[in-house]
Amino acid sequence: MRSQLRKRSVHVKQNSRVSLITAWVSGAAVIFLAVAPWWMGRGQVSVLMEFFYYLALAQMWNLLAGFAGIVSLGQQAFLGLGGYTLFFLTMRMDCHPLLALLIAGLAGAIVALPGAAAVFRLQGAYQAIGTWVIAEVFALIFLQVQSLGAGSGISLAVSIARQVQIGAVRRDVVLYLVALAIGVLVTAFSYALLRSQTGLALMAVRDNELSARTAGVNSQRLKLMVFVATSCGTALTGALIYLAKLRISPQAAFDINWTSYMLFIVIIGGIGTLEGPIVGTLVFFLLREYLAQLGSSYLIILGALAVVVMLFLPGGIWGTFANRFNISLFPMQRWLVDDGLAEQNQSEVRKIPVATSE
Amino acid sequence: MSIWIDSILQGILLGAIYALFAAGLSLVFGVMRLVNVAHGDFIVLAAFLALWFQKLAGFGSPFWTLLMLVPLMFVLGYVLQRAVINPALTETVLRPLLITFGLSIIIQNGLLQIFSADPQKLQGGQLEVASFTLPGGLAIGAFPLLMLAVSVTLLGGLQLVMFRTRLGRALRATSDDIKTASLMGVNTPHLFSVASGLALATVAVAGVFTGIRATFNAANGPVWLVFAFEAVIIGGLGSLWGTLVGGVILGVSQCIGAQFSPAWQFLTGHLVFLALLMLWPRGLFPRRTE
Repeated sequence: MRSQLRKRSVHVKQNSRVSLITAWVSGAAVIFLAVAPWWMGRGQVSVLMEFFYYLALAQMWNLLAGFAGIVSLGQQAFLGLGGYTLFFLTMRMDCHPLLALLIAGLAGAIVALPGAAAVFRLQGAYQAIGTWVIAEVFALIFLQVQSLGAGSGISLAVSIARQVQIGAVRRDVVLYLVALAIGVLVTAFSYALLRSQTGLALMAVRDNELSARTAGVNSQRLKLMVFVATSCGTALTGALIYLAKLRISPQAAFDINWTSYMLFIVIIGGIGTLEGPIVGTLVFFLLREYLAQLGSSYLIILGALAVVVMLFLPGGIWGTFANRFNISLFPMQRWLVDDGLAEQNQSEVRKIPVATSE
Repeated sequence: MSIWIDSILQGILLGAIYALFAAGLSLVFGVMRLVNVAHGDFIVLAAFLALWFQKLAGFGSPFWTLLMLVPLMFVLGYVLQRAVINPALTETVLRPLLITFGLSIIIQNGLLQIFSADPQKLQGGQLEVASFTLPGGLAIGAFPLLMLAVSVTLLGGLQLVMFRTRLGRALRATSDDIKTASLMGVNTPHLFSVASGLALATVAVAGVFTGIRATFNAANGPVWLVFAFEAVIIGGLGSLWGTLVGGVILGVSQCIGAQFSPAWQFLTGHLVFLALLMLWPRGLFPRRTE
């Protein structure tokens, strides 16, 4: 005899109307951006390419600092490594530049594995300074490598730069499309990751590592995963940047300013959200487009903005906005939806998906 | 053999400079865990201000500028901490990190605009070239020796403040447990600001001495910051003598590395720092367990 019970039925949803609209609009925007270079001017193509690689770098730093709790001031180590790997492979090994991009990413991941052993021993401020010093060591090592131009740097041969052109598609358009792909993929990957059970575990570790570990989350493995993935992506992006710049030197490639800009973009925009780095990159580029001709005054304004935003909008621009209006374009939270009282057979009561890490 | 003794000796003197750079950082980092990315730029700022004061007031020796510079930097440190950094001191290191990063760019580019990118130097007169000859033929400059003395005195003075005064007791209590210290009536915003004021007062000294020792320009800050942080971290959080030891270890490593090849000077220093950090992640003399 099965008992008829009045059970409250609930389910978990991860989307809202806003987030679904955002997803469709984003998809359309990406398609638009992918065909845009055919009628845009060269200047616009170049600026947008930079926009996308800064966005990618910022999203990866956001993933590291905002979700995995790894405060790295040494991401320029991977960026420079990627750039140098590309130059080495194309100029010394006759590798096709686009293939070299992928191998550069792989090199970043490989170096990240032993790197993680060092970085993970440190925490907080120690980690920030430790990673910076590691990046300095990279710079000083590449300063010694005569075959890659040592301190004076090295230029990419014209013949190699020409290989980037695919059929009728110009070199700068190919690079633009690669940058767009990296920017979009990094954002989409972060979104998918953070909405998955792994992402839930990651955020649990960020919010309270001890509790998360007690609940069975392997926090070290999660952090390692994020560290290796972002190192791979940063190296790949670095290779792209220097394939576009055509000239690399240790001072430029391992410049702390690369990470400073990531930090600026992510924190100004709003750390711990996916919208934040997008907003931050927009702000960064708008300032640059309109104020860069001011030279060092522009940088003073940038610094002042960092101070002012941190004082008055602690959550960053997007974080404050989202809080005020309770809006999320790329939601990572889960909502419990009450379906109301339903006459249901007990055995049919829907199970609430319980989030676990494994 | 004497080459090695010489490089160790020079390393100790170099280390004293790093310890001088690091003294204020050690205090601020120890008390409030603040990663002050602008610390190096404050040293450069102090050096430029000394240059400016010297011209303005017509001082013969840059040391006289300390009379104005030390109080001025103390006030600057107090005000900046109170107005800008205190409100952002929360659990994470990120907000103060970005604020001090912002200050760092403002100082660097402000100095660049006012003083241009040309290297500058403070003129220390006869003292700069005076030297002693030790038995065995080793020569030691009088000025580096003076810097060593100043560095030891300054760190010793801060140590006394930290361990022998009411202020130091409150600072240590706040460092250990900020909530409990506040409950006991410690005015933490004021205290943090005093600590930052003291830190920038030491920076004034560091700026003048380093400005006499060698040329400087607006872009020197980040490199000095890295050396200062290495000295602090090798020594351990909250240990001022540890910072001196850390500076000396860094200086000696760099000088020994430079003996093999000039290009290896900084590389050796960084590698020794990383190796020590891997072996003792909390530094050689951590004041207490975290």
